[in-house]
Amino acid sequence: MGTPPSTSSEHVSLSIDGKTITTKKGSSIMRAAMSAGISIPKLCATDSLDAFGSCRLCLVEINGQKGTPASCTTPVTANMVVSTQSDHLTKIRKGVMELYISEHPLECVSCPAKSDCELEDMADLLGVKESRFINEETQRPDHYADQKKDESNPYFTFNADMCIVCSRCVRACDEIQGTFALTISNRGIESGVSNASINFFESDCVSCGACVQACPTAALVEKSVIKLGIPQKTVQTTCAYCGVGCTLDAQLSDSNETQIIRMLPAKSGAANHGHACVKGRFAWGYAHHKDRILKPMIRKHIDDAWDTVGWDEAIDYAAQQFSSIQINQGHQAVGAITSSRCTNEEIWVMQKFVRAALHNNNVDTCARVCHSPTGYGLKQTFGTSAGTQNFDSVSHADVILLIGANPTDAHPVFASQMKRRLRAGAQLIVIDPRKIDLVRTPHISATYHLGLKPGTNVAIMNALAHVIVNENLLDTSFIQKRCDSQAFMKWQEFIANPNHSPEFAENITSVNAENIRGAARLYAAAENSAIYYGLGVTEHSQGSTMVMALANLAMATGNIGRAGVGVNPLRGQNNVQGSCDMGSFPHELPGYRDVTDDAIRASFEHDWLIKMEKQPGYRIPNMMDAACAGQFSGLYIQGEDIAQSDPNTQHIEAALSAMQCVIVQDLFLNETARFAHVFLPGTSFLEKDGTFTNAERRLGRVRPIMPPQTGKQEWQVTQAFATALGYPMHYESSAQIMEEIARLTPTFSRVSHSNLDNHGSVQWPCNNNSPQGTQIMHEQTFTRGLGQFVITEYQPTQEKTTRKFPLILTTGRILSQYNVGAQTRRTENIQWMAEDVLEIHESDALPRGIRDGDWVEVSSRKGSTSLHAKLSDRVNPGVIYTTFHHPESGTNVITTELSDWATSCPEYKVTAVEVVPANHLSPWQLKRQLKSRTLD
Amino acid sequence: MNLYETYTVFIPGDSAAVALGANLVAEALLQEANKRCIDIRLIRNGSRGMIWAEPLLEIQTSAGRLAFACTNPEILVELLDTGIFERELDMSVAERIHPSCLGFTEDIPWLKNQNRQTFSRCGIINPLCLDDYQTLGGLSSLKNALEQQPNDIIDAIAASGLRGRGGAAFPAGIKWKTVAECSSPCKYIVCNADEGDSGTYADRLIMEGDPFLLIESMAIAGYATGANKGYIYLRSEYPLARQILDQAIRIAQQKNLLGDSILGSEFNFDIQLFVGAGAYICGEETSLLQSLEGKRGEVRSKPPLPAQEGLFGQPTLIHNVISLCSVPAALVSSGQHYAALGINRSLGTLPFQLSGNIKYAGLVELAFGHSLRYLLDQFGQGTLSGKPLRAVQIGGPLGAYLPDRMLDTNLDYEEFIAIGAGIGHGGIVVFDDTVNLQVQARYAFQFCVEESCGKCTPCRIGAKRGLDNLSTSNDLVLVEALCEVMESGSLCAMGGMTPIPVRSAIHYFPEDFTPTELVS
Ligand SMILES: Cc1cc2nc3c(=O)[nH]c(=O)nc-3n(C[C@H](O)[C@H](O)[C@H](O)COP(=O)(O)O)c2cc1C
Ligand code: SF4
Ligand code: SF4
Ligand code: SF4
Ligand code: SF4
Ligand code: FES
Repeated sequence: MGTPPSTSSEHVSLSIDGKTITTKKGSSIMRAAMSAGISIPKLCATDSLDAFGSCRLCLVEINGQKGTPASCTTPVTANMVVSTQSDHLTKIRKGVMELYISEHPLECVSCPAKSDCELEDMADLLGVKESRFINEETQRPDHYADQKKDESNPYFTFNADMCIVCSRCVRACDEIQGTFALTISNRGIESGVSNASINFFESDCVSCGACVQACPTAALVEKSVIKLGIPQKTVQTTCAYCGVGCTLDAQLSDSNETQIIRMLPAKSGAANHGHACVKGRFAWGYAHHKDRILKPMIRKHIDDAWDTVGWDEAIDYAAQQFSSIQINQGHQAVGAITSSRCTNEEIWVMQKFVRAALHNNNVDTCARVCHSPTGYGLKQTFGTSAGTQNFDSVSHADVILLIGANPTDAHPVFASQMKRRLRAGAQLIVIDPRKIDLVRTPHISATYHLGLKPGTNVAIMNALAHVIVNENLLDTSFIQKRCDSQAFMKWQEFIANPNHSPEFAENITSVNAENIRGAARLYAAAENSAIYYGLGVTEHSQGSTMVMALANLAMATGNIGRAGVGVNPLRGQNNVQGSCDMGSFPHELPGYRDVTDDAIRASFEHDWLIKMEKQPGYRIPNMMDAACAGQFSGLYIQGEDIAQSDPNTQHIEAALSAMQCVIVQDLFLNETARFAHVFLPGTSFLEKDGTFTNAERRLGRVRPIMPPQTGKQEWQVTQAFATALGYPMHYESSAQIMEEIARLTPTFSRVSHSNLDNHGSVQWPCNNNSPQGTQIMHEQTFTRGLGQFVITEYQPTQEKTTRKFPLILTTGRILSQYNVGAQTRRTENIQWMAEDVLEIHESDALPRGIRDGDWVEVSSRKGSTSLHAKLSDRVNPGVIYTTFHHPESGTNVITTELSDWATSCPEYKVTAVEVVPANHLSPWQLKRQLKSRTLD
Repeated sequence: MNLYETYTVFIPGDSAAVALGANLVAEALLQEANKRCIDIRLIRNGSRGMIWAEPLLEIQTSAGRLAFACTNPEILVELLDTGIFERELDMSVAERIHPSCLGFTEDIPWLKNQNRQTFSRCGIINPLCLDDYQTLGGLSSLKNALEQQPNDIIDAIAASGLRGRGGAAFPAGIKWKTVAECSSPCKYIVCNADEGDSGTYADRLIMEGDPFLLIESMAIAGYATGANKGYIYLRSEYPLARQILDQAIRIAQQKNLLGDSILGSEFNFDIQLFVGAGAYICGEETSLLQSLEGKRGEVRSKPPLPAQEGLFGQPTLIHNVISLCSVPAALVSSGQHYAALGINRSLGTLPFQLSGNIKYAGLVELAFGHSLRYLLDQFGQGTLSGKPLRAVQIGGPLGAYLPDRMLDTNLDYEEFIAIGAGIGHGGIVVFDDTVNLQVQARYAFQFCVEESCGKCTPCRIGAKRGLDNLSTSNDLVLVEALCEVMESGSLCAMGGMTPIPVRSAIHYFPEDFTPTELVS
């Protein structure tokens, strides 16, 4: 359509080439014409970018108007009379095309973009084959001579020779991605795309690929396209990395239908609208990595070498081990952990496996280590364990309160959407110990950055609420109408207490009281204020308290129940939401229903033809403790690397070592597999068939690009395991599993694969009340009826800094890597981060004799590890920061097992540590190195 | 009116005068006066626009200012040796004092025959003296305006017939009205002081010679349209104008001519000076706004018009320096006075700037309606070389080359458009018979190659192909084809008007394009 759609609700009529066309006010002439089937030549316009008007191919004539305006940049007006064809127009358009060709000869036969090049298409359309303006001596502009091809990015190349200087790449980087890495340098004929650096790799580019997708020629093109040719077939699926859940079009080779050539984000994707990040777009190569294990393996003892076996043997072995454990130690002695990387269908079968085949509730999820406080906190206050909005809601926010989240790294595509809104004028408050990118990034600057001391979230949140209550910035009519008044009165009284004043909080948080006041006023005064938060909120000993404090704040100011507001968790993994929805909890059945509720259990028992255990099962930390105590001996772990990602690695390792049968189902021999007895090869998302649920409760289809390389879908493996344990399962397809999910889970009752295939993704609840799904929750009433204010008393963490451990370590992630990095480290993304480094403020580093790049040892009460130091002013003095993408860093060797009081979510974000210069690996690292060497 | 006491000496501090040695003259004067124990007061005024007479030295007498042309330190010594400050001067004596004496400044025909509306104070006062400014009528227009309804001011501007002096000659009244009608709480006044046309200097002259006029005018525009913030986008090659404006703005802020509640009214207005990026294209309004926003100076497509979505997306009144500085004159008697000058739809006056191969170069403010020949004959008075005049380029580097036979065209926007030319910013460059128009046509393309922003294809590639062609094959059919694509296809007037000098050169001077005449 050439230009983006107009958002106007008014319509106008005009005539184009004699046709009367009615279209939205604000549309371009080009869009109006194209929507009526009249095509106009164009090169610089594309509907993902604002009209620019540079190529001048789309010129038209308008009655009563001088000259030949560009149809892409000229909006329609009522009764306009436009002609898109005339001799004069043809002459100009051909002339323009000849000018292009005078600089960019049509050497299409040898070009990698052949048949995918808009320049070639336009030349054909206009019937231009050569240029009168070519001048032998001056054909190529001089500046091209010294510009070599830029091959520095691992995934795409830039070749200035092919560039027609249409600025689509620059605009894509600005408007879509918001990184502003590209510009056109020089003027006139010397103009060319520049990344203000020696090459793309060294520049500010974050390799999102938006520019590559926008480029009409082969100037910016995927290396895979150069190598494999232009793809012909497309399968639409959902990204398996983060909670944004981008819809991706896997484009496949003609000759080999399982060969992906490129991933293009789908314009129809409701979460991503045609955008993706470096992970989703480019980092899918791990599916074919040589480290992948494709056959089952078993061993008697974890010091033995692995035996590769057939599926039947592996499953029989596992079943026999689990049965014997249950016979010897009781039916509670085994359990399973589900994975947020798996599909809803796979997870459903897992938890059913535990409940029906193991006859207990010992099922937990890795969401435990990230967002369990979200589930708990939002359920208590609003009644639903999920974020309140859709992503698009951010486009209506006037003030964005961002807490403990770093979306530009962890949720890049949503960050781009948020940045677009911020550039359009919304204001930003960042509450984070670290100066994350959004605090100051091109054309964005946070109004407030409250750089608090890690572990003091609740104190600052109470202070914000205090200002709102004491300065009477409350939305009283919302509170009266929508919230439980008694709970509110109690809360109001509690929060008005002077020991929640900003001045008081300043002592705890080190944040200037005036800034707290300013931020509170800003949040309360805006028409629409929205809260977005991440693991910096949940991974604390007061994680659940903090989530409830956020909910209190939103209710107190009436920021719930419409577009532009809400309380929104930014979920880490692609299917954290789904793994929670599917009942991967020892105390909850699918749909967050209490396992002790007889009626609910009965509905499952009736369907599954079993008798169900009423008593809630073990959480992951309980499993580990029970294992160390010799009461828990069999664990089936799907797609999760607890030995690397869970806190206090030594404790986990001890627990795993104590078990009789650890079953790991994964793509790679991960850290946990070092302690496993059975290894069941898993499937990558390119092989999976099912659904993922993203952070906005959106179920998107995951479609197989290729059959499982292991021969089995993961649910088939679980099904076989259940069958071997004496509970036969008979699913024939993933769609059948979804039918069962819909049948047994009221919030999903209208979901089915065929609906998703026909109508696209949907946000739950999706049932008879809202058959099209639910974009925004709690619009009229809260799920629980009246909103519940909860008292949120600040409790300092037990993890205290002392003379011995004077610094606070906090953790996070970076853009190019994903979580423990099992996938991303096995792609070219590794080029962006070869190792985890420790960010430390100069004023902490210098007195310790630490220089930039030095090898340092970080130790806590729990353990120590060694890393390279990076001097940085992103962290405040007293705080140090690292990522956890590489197993050899052993970041979690030092984190403690302190956890959220309500949900046991570990306190990853606060560990008291000391840092000293070092010249050796830590004992744990040495042990690990030794062990992996003997295994290799 | 004798604003200044006797023995006051005026030597312009204007950059053109300085370039011609005004500072040396001033230094010599102070030294010599000191040596001779003469008590004089030196005022560095702006230039009166008689570039041909710079450094012009004026001495205040009881009968008026006596002017001395083209002075230098030697002339100054000679002058002092005459005992000029020791006797009472009268006209008859004065003229015999020194050959450089032009008599009383006010009587110099070159000045007397002009119609100075906008430049009425320029060169007369000390540019940074607010009292002098007020004594000669400054601030009365703003004071008057602040007592009127904004709409009445806009009506007066419309009635005056004032059109944009930056080149496009768009009616100012319509633009003011558009901005005033936008409901945004945040609007801007932007002064385009990027003066990039070769041979033009009116903007600089007035900014250096009468800076408070610009400030007053912008404040009036702000009040009338509802804007509280103004920017002056100043050409980077004008360091002196920068200094003077900087100081003038500071003084205006101190004297409450800018800031909150200006002149005791309820209106707030402030101005920020911004030094440009040094590119010709940044004089184009949308490109200027981009540059002001800290972006690459690249033309934006219109719509949206800057008046609706300009600086930072807000309604913006962008005007050339002269358009703004003409506002107080245009507002006299609700526009009637200004509208009575000029002809047809070209009303009021325009400061023409004569340069090139011309005897009397300088700024001539005239009402529209005289012929170009009148202007050149009356004021320019022939070529500097004494050779016959062959071509005149009017309207800057994108203006037409005209031969002698076209000089009878009246100075009226529409009459010039009718002959495929334009008046533009009023720059007029004269060439004698040594000029080669094929070279000039080539230069027109060359200029476009160098100054094109590079956004749109016709201009970005077309200009280079045009230059290539004229430099090698000189294929006029292809050149015409290029001109057609550039004219109709270009996004802005840079590429769109480059064909004007090219085509006019080919049309009026075909003899220079015959193969035997080609100059490499
Ligand atoms: C290539 C180009 C260069 C320009 N340069 C200038 C300039 O230096 N100064 C100026 O006032 N206007 C310049 N203009 C005209 C401006 O775009 C614009 O018309 C003017 O600022 C509007 O003010 P006015 O209505 O007062 O004329 C230029 C236009 C073009 C196309
Ligand atoms: S890949 Fe993304 S960040 Fe990099 S230049 Fe292209 S659009 Fe910008
Ligand atoms: S690289 Fe591609 S998108 Fe960018 S300016 Fe060149 S042709 Fe256009
Ligand atoms: S990693 Fe997240 S943001 Fe990136 S493409 Fe995948 S879902 Fe989208
Ligand atoms: S005509 Fe020239 S200067 Fe104007 S937008 Fe096009 S390239 Fe830029
Ligand atoms: S498509 Fe309209 S100018 Fe390029």
